[in-house]
Amino acid sequence: MNTQPVAPQLFATSPALRLLAGRHRESGRLVFPLPADRDTYASVELPERGTLWSYTVQRFAPKSPPYRGAEPFSPFAVGYIDLPGALIVESRLTDVEFDQLRVGQPMELTTMPLRIESDGTVITIYAFRPARTERA
Amino acid sequence: MTEMYIVGIGIHPFGRTEGRSGLEQGAFAVRAALADAGLTWRDMQFAFGGSDSAGKADTLVADLGQTGIPFVNVLNGCATGGAALFGGYCAIRSGEFDLGIVMGFDKHPRGAFDPNPVDWGLPQWYGEAGLMVTTQFFATKLRRYMDQHAISPMTLARVAEKAYLNGSRTAHAWRRTPMDLHAILNSAPVNDPLTKYMFCSPAEGAVALIVASAKKARELSRARIQVKAVSMRTRPAGSFEVFAPSIDSGEAPTTTSVASRAAYEQSGIGPRDIDIAQLQDTDSGAEIMHMAENGFCADGEQEAWLAEGRTSLNGTLPVNTDGGCMACGEPIGASGLRQVYENVLQLRGAGGTHQVPRKLRTAYSHVYGAPGVSAVVILQC
Repeated sequence: MNTQPVAPQLFATSPALRLLAGRHRESGRLVFPLPADRDTYASVELPERGTLWSYTVQRFAPKSPPYRGAEPFSPFAVGYIDLPGALIVESRLTDVEFDQLRVGQPMELTTMPLRIESDGTVITIYAFRPARTERA
Repeated sequence: MTEMYIVGIGIHPFGRTEGRSGLEQGAFAVRAALADAGLTWRDMQFAFGGSDSAGKADTLVADLGQTGIPFVNVLNGCATGGAALFGGYCAIRSGEFDLGIVMGFDKHPRGAFDPNPVDWGLPQWYGEAGLMVTTQFFATKLRRYMDQHAISPMTLARVAEKAYLNGSRTAHAWRRTPMDLHAILNSAPVNDPLTKYMFCSPAEGAVALIVASAKKARELSRARIQVKAVSMRTRPAGSFEVFAPSIDSGEAPTTTSVASRAAYEQSGIGPRDIDIAQLQDTDSGAEIMHMAENGFCADGEQEAWLAEGRTSLNGTLPVNTDGGCMACGEPIGASGLRQVYENVLQLRGAGGTHQVPRKLRTAYSHVYGAPGVSAVVILQC
């Protein structure tokens, strides 16, 4: 199966899955996603675990374009994950029961299929899911 | 610096008007405002106006008269009306002009807005992933707020119930039928915790205001409604605003709270001096949070305020007296000025069936637009 991330430089997969952010070279402020201007922003990896800062459920299909998700549409969860010592990132949520989501619950980084292209390529995107594994 | 007065107001009813373009609705509102002020287009020395998706405001001169005046087009998302008034306020206060017009109009297709990520400085994947949705922002900001400050879904429903009740009494509103509290609460979720009837919808409409210097207003015998403050602010570092792939850790003030404080300082009027308020209510939760961000109550007090009806027409601080965006709909370019129109109407005592039943001296309005712009206007009579 051929898979491809929805955008380059969004996350690293080797040696481990990590989101890529930019650290402003002068102020030190972190931003996600990593801006293209590498003279101003240095690439840094974000922590893979955090807590759910807030969330909602997208019950209706967003207008397309810009939306290009799986068809037919089914509702999905979206949230913000507070990554300790870094920043709060917005993300699709996966492997969740909508009515089980709680602000403050531990979450961990994963990937999920966003859609399948006509040639069979699976377009993937980062996502967060409820934390399963104990902290190493 | 000279003071500024509002000497004329005009509106094209909000909602859906088949067969009439946004620009035509804009011209309709301008003519209504001129008639209200007893003036003509030739008297206007400048104009600020805008729409988000219904055309360029300055093309209206072809219809209204090619008098050669400067006509500045304004585009600041849902805060466009506030930004236009900010322009007019600076023009009058500078002393350069003493009579002009501020207007806004719009006409949107049905359904949610469909912004293009690139126009907002965001990568295409953000839209492809289904994150470029304004209602998600309102819902996530609200979810956290409800958790932190013990706001119940019933309180959200009460806000919407009040909006439709006020709208049912307002000639310029779109939704003119009251809605049952439980029908609102139990309607289909759109972005949890917000349901279908807790949201405003994109719509159509137009508003125009004639503004004058104190000297001019006195000449016209219309020095009654004074603009005590117009503040406009863009988002401060670290605040959580719409279309944010990431947020800085830690708490930061919102655009709204910064704009609000500036308006109170400018006017010397505090939140306890305000008699009525129009607060951006893209959804029930926005009104709840904006009550606190604009300084009217502490976080969490909204629960009691709504249960006690304090923000109803006969309450201690009536909020969104014409039903707000929820009952009037949201024509982006016009909403901020509709709030000011409504405040002038109320201060004049001309609200008819939706008039607040007591003497009013001060009126407050607040708009919020993507990607984190807020404008606040304080009127006094």
